Amino acid sequence: MDQSGEERGIIEVKANKMNVEEIVKVLGLEVYTNCDLVSRNVNGGYVSDLLSDVMGHAKEGEVWITLQSHINVVAIASMKELAAIVLVKGIEPGKEVVEKAEEEGIPLLGTMDDTFTLSGKLFQLLR
Amino acid sequence: MNSYYADLHIHTVLSPCGDLEMSPGNIVEQAVEKGLDIIAVTDHNHTGHARLTRELGARKGIWVVYGTEINTREEVHCLTFFDTDEQLSVFQQEMDHNYVKMPNDTSLFGYQVIVDEGEQIVEEISFSLYPGLNWSIEEASEVVHKLGGLFVPAHVDRTMNGLFAQLGIFPDDLEVDAVEIWRKSSREAAKMEYPELKPYTLIQNSDAHYLDDIGRAGNRYLMKGRNFKELGMALRGEEGRLVI
Repeated sequence: MDQSGEERGIIEVKANKMNVEEIVKVLGLEVYTNCDLVSRNVNGGYVSDLLSDVMGHAKEGEVWITLQSHINVVAIASMKELAAIVLVKGIEPGKEVVEKAEEEGIPLLGTMDDTFTLSGKLFQLLR
Repeated sequence: MNSYYADLHIHTVLSPCGDLEMSPGNIVEQAVEKGLDIIAVTDHNHTGHARLTRELGARKGIWVVYGTEINTREEVHCLTFFDTDEQLSVFQQEMDHNYVKMPNDTSLFGYQVIVDEGEQIVEEISFSLYPGLNWSIEEASEVVHKLGGLFVPAHVDRTMNGLFAQLGIFPDDLEVDAVEIWRKSSREAAKMEYPELKPYTLIQNSDAHYLDDIGRAGNRYLMKGRNFKELGMALRGEEGRLVI
């Protein structure tokens, strides 16, 4: 007969969430901005290149994986209180985008991976 | 002021999605039939049919504005308008340096051909005109304005390649002369949904890909004459010039 975790003597402890710095280290991400990574907890991820979609559906604390490097990604990440932005495929943000991200305190990260690959890695890490 | 009826968003057969009937000659004929005073030829990422259409339009009393519908890096569609041959050539050269070239699969996307007055094909563009140019929307606006052209984000409230779908909010530093909303929207509804549009003149055009579509949307422009300077003033709502 199935036993619940409690009955088997396992105590579920609410795990500490990973923060952006830990994710950067594990996934080997590039960091374009000079802003605090440790204080930003990661609740999950969101993948989309339509900024309107992110505005509508991404949730606070999620890491946003995208190929859009337009300055509006920062505004939307800030508005939605996302944990960080990751630009895929080695796409580098412009100077003004980095400045805006630093101003808003949004970590702007990068990877050589494509969206599918990085999403898989992040999903594994957070599950 | 004079009143001119204009449809500033028309595709020719050069656009992959443009119907084969959309030759410069047929477009001008259709424009005459629909009572248009001004049209613009706005093919995707190419200017190849602008000159011939202007020439043919002039014979029928229609002013044809040079233009394109470019696709930016963010995949936002934007209308560009130019006055002179020189501006048009330089703009084409600028685009030549910024294409992301991949072959055009005609079975999937359609033909991209340039025809002459006798409707004979004189050139086929072999790379796809569909992908975004290697310009951000701000860079594109800057290139256009430096040349003395006009820049108008296209159908901003449409899901496919509209500014708001792609970019979420109207970019702070983007310089535009006017904004096109979808032909089926209303100005009131668009301004209600996107208050950022309030400062701009909103225009509506047919976005015709088929002959019958020409003139199915358009605006009346109140201007002192049919020239590029007046058009710019009307789009920006300057000195009494207006788009109604």
